[in-house]
Amino acid sequence: MTDTAIDTTNFINGYELVVGLEVHAELATKTKVFCSCPNMFGDEPNTNVCPVCLGLPGSLPVLNHQVVELAIRLGLALNCSVHSSVFHRKNYFYPDMPKDYQVTQYDQPIDREGYLDLPSGKRIGIERAHLEEDTGKSTHIGGGGGRIHGSEYSMVDYNRAGIPLLEIVGKPDIRTSEEAKQYMAELQEILIATGVSDAKMEEGSMRCDANVSVHKFGTEFGTRCEIKNLNSLRSLGKAIEYEARRQIILIEDGERIRQETRHWSDVDSRTHTLRVKENADDYRYFLEPDLVPIVPGDVWIDAVRQALPVLPAARRHKVADAIRSTITDETVIVLVQRGWDALLFDCIAAGADPQRAATHLQHNVPPDGPTPTPATLTALTKLEAEGKITATQAKTLMADIVAAGGDADPAALAKARGFEAMASDALEGTVDAAIAAQPDAWAKYVAGEEKAMGALVGAIMKTTKGQADGKAVTALLQQRRSTAQ
Amino acid sequence: MNAVEIAAAVQRGTRSAVSVVDEHLAVISQREGDVHAFNLVLADQARSAAAAIDARIAAGQQVGPLAGVPLAVKDNMCTRGIPTTCSSKILEGWKPPYTATAVERLVAAGAIPIGKTNLDEFAMGSSTENSAFGPTRNPRDLSRVPGGSSGGSAAAVAAGFAPVSIGSDTGGSIRQPASLCGVVGVKPTYGLVSRYGLIAFASSLDQIGPFTTTVHDSALLLEVMGGHDHRDSTSLPSAMPPMTAVLGHGVQGLRVGRITNLPDGADPDVVARIDAAFLALEKEGAVLVDVEIPSFSFALTSYYLIAPAEASSNLARYDGVRYGLRVDDVDTAQMNASTRSAGFGAEVKRRIMLGTYALSAGYYDAYYGKALKVRRLMADDFAKAYQQADVLLTPASPSVAFPFGSKTADPLSMYLCDLYTIPSNLCGHPGMSVPFGTGADGLPVGVQILAPALGESEMFRTAAVLEASMA
Amino acid sequence: MSELLSADDVIYVAKLARLNLTPDEVGLYTTQLAGMLGHFSDIEKLDLDGVEPMVHPIPLVNVLREDVIGACLDRDEVLAAAPAADQGRFRVPPILGEAP
Ligand SMILES: [Mg+2]
Ligand SMILES: [Zn+2]
Repeated sequence: MTDTAIDTTNFINGYELVVGLEVHAELATKTKVFCSCPNMFGDEPNTNVCPVCLGLPGSLPVLNHQVVELAIRLGLALNCSVHSSVFHRKNYFYPDMPKDYQVTQYDQPIDREGYLDLPSGKRIGIERAHLEEDTGKSTHIGGGGGRIHGSEYSMVDYNRAGIPLLEIVGKPDIRTSEEAKQYMAELQEILIATGVSDAKMEEGSMRCDANVSVHKFGTEFGTRCEIKNLNSLRSLGKAIEYEARRQIILIEDGERIRQETRHWSDVDSRTHTLRVKENADDYRYFLEPDLVPIVPGDVWIDAVRQALPVLPAARRHKVADAIRSTITDETVIVLVQRGWDALLFDCIAAGADPQRAATHLQHNVPPDGPTPTPATLTALTKLEAEGKITATQAKTLMADIVAAGGDADPAALAKARGFEAMASDALEGTVDAAIAAQPDAWAKYVAGEEKAMGALVGAIMKTTKGQADGKAVTALLQQRRSTAQ
Repeated sequence: MNAVEIAAAVQRGTRSAVSVVDEHLAVISQREGDVHAFNLVLADQARSAAAAIDARIAAGQQVGPLAGVPLAVKDNMCTRGIPTTCSSKILEGWKPPYTATAVERLVAAGAIPIGKTNLDEFAMGSSTENSAFGPTRNPRDLSRVPGGSSGGSAAAVAAGFAPVSIGSDTGGSIRQPASLCGVVGVKPTYGLVSRYGLIAFASSLDQIGPFTTTVHDSALLLEVMGGHDHRDSTSLPSAMPPMTAVLGHGVQGLRVGRITNLPDGADPDVVARIDAAFLALEKEGAVLVDVEIPSFSFALTSYYLIAPAEASSNLARYDGVRYGLRVDDVDTAQMNASTRSAGFGAEVKRRIMLGTYALSAGYYDAYYGKALKVRRLMADDFAKAYQQADVLLTPASPSVAFPFGSKTADPLSMYLCDLYTIPSNLCGHPGMSVPFGTGADGLPVGVQILAPALGESEMFRTAAVLEASMA
Repeated sequence: MSELLSADDVIYVAKLARLNLTPDEVGLYTTQLAGMLGHFSDIEKLDLDGVEPMVHPIPLVNVLREDVIGACLDRDEVLAAAPAADQGRFRVPPILGEAP
């Protein structure tokens, strides 16, 4: 295997990359999928367990209503058709699985055939989204760095066993690592916006496997490898790029791609063979006799549809319209991501300048602190638009507003900071004084040496303690020069 | 005394619950050594539960309809803090942290668990010879099996260890031992009694039901333990059909069906008793009709593919990780295999392998898939038959109790014991065995009464008439 | 009859079911299981085309519970039942290989 010394010169080289993503999202319910244990992350091990999720003999599953509700909601958000569905048992032994079978949807998933539009407009197909139960978690002891390989023993915590999951299977419509990241980011937005999942990759409530293959343009799809352990968008992008190069080099060397499961390592930034797919795993799927079919029906589905929130793509369109931008503009994407579009519209309604308000929100408000109230942000943009404060001063004031919890009077804050508006005649006097004080610099500047302006501006700023509007100073100097020439 | 009599006496104060329990414990100490109906006798717990009931009565408090009635519980139903083994080494010593709904409801009605009864390991068998803890003997003839898999529960009632017991019936595991031990045994409609806390053999077939000495006691037990349970997704939401209330209604005009194509295999002495039962019912005004169930003879195949398939999955969890036996080994996969190989007996292994095979890639359609279709044919055939008849009569068992070891060499010969009981499990219908005289060697013969889903009223009416005709 | 199932099939199935079999057991189970499958071939003569498989004896749909937190088990009680426990977790020998 050519896991070493990847030469990237063969990359692309007439090959097309094909990626399909399988995403597991933990549902934001209060309780687990088949029992009433809390659905909680980070609790003491084996404290959120009961006979059902421990798979104790004699226990039986009963499906959580909210799990179905959220599955319908996501299905509709991903433009899927919502179907009557059933659960199967997927039989295999593994110590983190209490019953040694996983209850999952097999050939009759609840959500089928939908799509997701990336901000770029590219449409990625969704094959299905199906419900299943999560497994427990193993900790490996000994053998270096908590790795499974070479460990002395393992310990199992079943708090996660039975947490509801939606497995969202995307079609192999993705062609670049960038698109893969955009797909994940957009899916994450949708999961959060719909309240289906908190979709935190770092906590594992959103997990992703990537099926990657390459093929020469115009030929059939190549053999794919499944990449696991993609815990961040960064890992996802790097893993896909690495894997594509690895496969292209193999093919160029005349070797065949083995269908296998590979593990992405953040340590050495490579994928490693995890498991060669055996001639089809024999999971002995059969219908779960302890559960009955789910038949949501039109009434339920329509009620969920009515209650569906406006989705990120539509919100981006609205924000873009308001600030006269495009939906792919970073400001638009960031505002919708952070859920600040409503705040923006409140400011606009209160008379704020849309672009100024949007710019402040994007750049000057930290994503996880308090946000300004619409009245405060509107007042700030007005001071700025009226030339009473400079852009730099506005930025400083925004920091003060956030520090004050978001609700403040910008005019009072400006006064406290001494950001009194500098009237233009006062500024003219200061500029003329600076010219008079530095005749050499002035002469050079008039002679066309642009650099000489720096000394003049510096002196003006020093005199005004930085309160002068830089643009206004430059404009005044240019005006004086054209008169002098 | 039967359960109705005991409860009445205890409620009236003419008998104390403690004296009832002591009386049964005395019988147990006399004969349990011979019979081995129990994996565990709960003498102390039973005495203190009885004392608590007596105290309630003394204080003038309400007690339930089973106050002071000793109850034997098949050892595949979870009882909190009390070992529950399924008569398997793999669960030896395991104490469940919760109690099965059926047991909980009986106890709430005043019943007093007096012991956990022996069974074929994980309820797989028809003679109780597959218990890891040794067989149960038939109290009517200690050289013969009590039937199975609920052999311990049937024997406990037949031996007078308890007036009532509960068992589970997946393919006949209540009705066949009831027939062989000469007691009443009922498999209710699927979903009538919660399966929560019943350790699964085959989930779509298992049902809990009573063993009693009288038809009335069975009806009463079912009314107490049955009814919807939100912890079991397959529990029926509908109200239970009346049972105790209809016992005296007779069979005037009731259509009693004889299955004309019933598979051969029943011994002549058994067939003679079934014939007698038809006549007894006709004499009481029942209308005898002939019905055909074309698919009847395929029930055995359907059952012995479906039940092991479900079992192979249900029994995967016994892997040595969380509870029960562990046989240590170098890695977890090998530990699983070593544990399971040491912990399961031969019949359980046989069925796990049969079921795994029936579900495995390339064989699913030929075996499991086909078995499910046969199941449908059978349900359709029975639905047609029940348009003509209200209940059907068949033998519960092809023979009277048989000697130990006579069927253990050939698993298939043991499977044939379930020939007449299996269809009602496949269809989810109720069925019961009522003692109706004796056959060869003076051993008891049970008549099986079958009814459509939720046809318990008609079934119990028929049973009450048969019982009365023997009195 | 024995062509219905070979010793290799028995070995394969035992592996899937995590059962260790001695060579004698392989022989015995091959004979017994093949005998059963021979008996079960009776259903091959049935015409089952278009017959809907029946999994549940009584058809029910949409059995759901409300999303309300209930009681959990006491961890000490749970771990007391475990063959081996350590630091609040179930302890097992090394696990070779990731889950599929
Ligand atoms: Mg899955
Ligand atoms: Zn739980």
